[in-house]
Amino acid sequence: MENGGTVETTYLGAIREALQEEMRADESVFMLGEDIGAYGGAFKVTDGFLDEFGPDRIIDTPISEAAIVGAAIGAAHMGLKPVAEMQFIDFIAPAFDMIVNFAAKSRYRTGIGAGLVIRGPCGAGARSGPFHSQSVESYFANVPGLKMIAPARAYDAKGLLRAAIRDPDPVLFFEHKFLYRRIKEQLPVDEEVFVPLGKARTHREGTDLTIVTYGAMLYKSTEAADRIQVEDGAEIEVVDLRTLRPLDTRAIVESVKRTGRLLIVHEAPRFGGFAGEITAQVCEEAFEWLDAPIRRVTAIDTPVPYAPTLEDYYLPGEDDIVAAARWLLAY
Amino acid sequence: MDHLKALDREDMRALYRFLWLTRALEERLEIIFKQGHVVGGLYRSLGQEATAVGCGYALTAGDWIAPSIRDLGALLARGLDPRDVLRQYTARGTSLCAGKDNTNHFTVPELGILGPISPLGTQLCVLNGVALSFRTRRDPHVCLTFQGDGASRTGTSHEGLAMAAALNLPIVVVLEHNRWAFGTPSTAVAAVAKWADVAGAYGVPAVTVDGNDVLQVYDAATQAIARARAGDGMTILVAETYRMLGHAQHDAQKYVPEDELDEWRDHDPIQSFAEYLIEFGFESASTLKRIRSEVVARLDAATDEVLAEGYPPAEEARTRVFADPALDADVPWTRGPVPGYEGLAWGSRARPTTHPEGD
Repeated sequence: MENGGTVETTYLGAIREALQEEMRADESVFMLGEDIGAYGGAFKVTDGFLDEFGPDRIIDTPISEAAIVGAAIGAAHMGLKPVAEMQFIDFIAPAFDMIVNFAAKSRYRTGIGAGLVIRGPCGAGARSGPFHSQSVESYFANVPGLKMIAPARAYDAKGLLRAAIRDPDPVLFFEHKFLYRRIKEQLPVDEEVFVPLGKARTHREGTDLTIVTYGAMLYKSTEAADRIQVEDGAEIEVVDLRTLRPLDTRAIVESVKRTGRLLIVHEAPRFGGFAGEITAQVCEEAFEWLDAPIRRVTAIDTPVPYAPTLEDYYLPGEDDIVAAARWLLAY
Repeated sequence: MDHLKALDREDMRALYRFLWLTRALEERLEIIFKQGHVVGGLYRSLGQEATAVGCGYALTAGDWIAPSIRDLGALLARGLDPRDVLRQYTARGTSLCAGKDNTNHFTVPELGILGPISPLGTQLCVLNGVALSFRTRRDPHVCLTFQGDGASRTGTSHEGLAMAAALNLPIVVVLEHNRWAFGTPSTAVAAVAKWADVAGAYGVPAVTVDGNDVLQVYDAATQAIARARAGDGMTILVAETYRMLGHAQHDAQKYVPEDELDEWRDHDPIQSFAEYLIEFGFESASTLKRIRSEVVARLDAATDEVLAEGYPPAEEARTRVFADPALDADVPWTRGPVPGYEGLAWGSRARPTTHPEGD
């Protein structure tokens, strides 16, 4: 619905628009993946793309994630701008070799970059079990040469995907499937939506505690912050990372220096997760500004379970965030 | 024979020069390896030179080639400067990888070379993307890649072959049946009696050639390349050959039966091609000797030049991870002094009243 130069757009619609706009503007942008052509993609992200862009630019592939990513690398070497779809981000595992050994190291080793985007739906909450629900960012966090994006808002999904497609380095773009149709925002119709990589965003301002988060956890974190404001009167700042690598350490540190307390919330499991890295960086850069230990609220260290009771227990909830925040505020 | 129509005396001479250059360059590498100039391992293609040279020579400018570790001859035939090979193995700052990777792991778009990485099979998947770009742009160029029988067992090899066939990409895959994958015979790890049969799984044709006969290889490669260029898709070219040395310089290949080596030694690709050239009146023995001397003289000069060059400066290690130099590796945090903490006594929990950044 159009409304004063804006139109209501879902998170999924924003991703569609980013792809369409980049493909219309630049003939070298193309997509490859499983069932993205006539079927339109498992989540219908590319519905109708085959008709508009033709089979040279919307390429259905065998179920071969390594070959999909490999072809994207080779095409990038030749100056094309590939967007490879992982049907579910869990299926990025078979392409691990291609991503960490070929794409990520290409520029460093040879001077020839691999400007490609690998995008796909991540995240739990959709009752989809261990292989359609994972958050995989930590698998790749220890690999120099990769950029990673995990948008929470439709605006950022659109703006960051456009930036990712234009970026000269390999970018992993994690779309949270729980947000695909649940998030609706008014996006501008006439002005260009473009969000540069590497910049966090203060989603909610506050003075007493910083919550650093990304992806679907932005919403639970914000709800927790709102509840604490009403019930406790404390002002919580919520920082949405948006880009995971390069990590906007400066934005995190600046917020922590203002509030003196840090809670990190993410949906991926705890051990070896981004929260650990952020904790270390804040300790290195802002230890003297901390008034309390840094805490983490994350998924538990198990695979993502299937039954609703189990999955709800697995995922960090608003109550978990409120409890950790209260503990920190009282410290 | 078909090739006699296509190849003239100059071509014959060029093939011989590339074959000999390959062997002489590898022998030179072995000498400087023993002198301690080579950084890390050295991998030879002794006995397999004809497969590499024949295929490399069959391509034309603008085509892309993706070599395995034992295809040096193909790169030389594509125009690679032998000095760049010496620089790679000696980790010079001037090398194609700027000292950041070894052996033939370089990618050189101007020469149409896509380097391999050590996890095998991956390279075919990437070359598919190069071929895909040709198809998309209606560009008549083609791609050619090599796999040993060992590499052909990887998952990425199967995925790459399946996709190349499914998308009808302009590509030739040369399967070098050299009998050994590191220290294991292919018979122990592959239930394949006739290697051309593997093509059936992908629905593409296969051609088997004597990989030690450069003219046979050239002929078959030329036909497979023409087929790819015409839009008729992938061909698998099986080259029957033998790895005459161990996996690398450190491997004395004690596990290889002596009689097998003797048998293949009698079928040396360079010696047999020289005999052919003399017997059919293309060249005299003295001309071949002169070609060999010229190559050696050129390698003498190249070696002197490269050995006088140095390793890259240490701090180059932090550069070129990303396109934007602003994202180069952040060394101070790893190897002090830490920005903003230079004057601060560690262990003091006192909050500084001012911070160097001013906030």
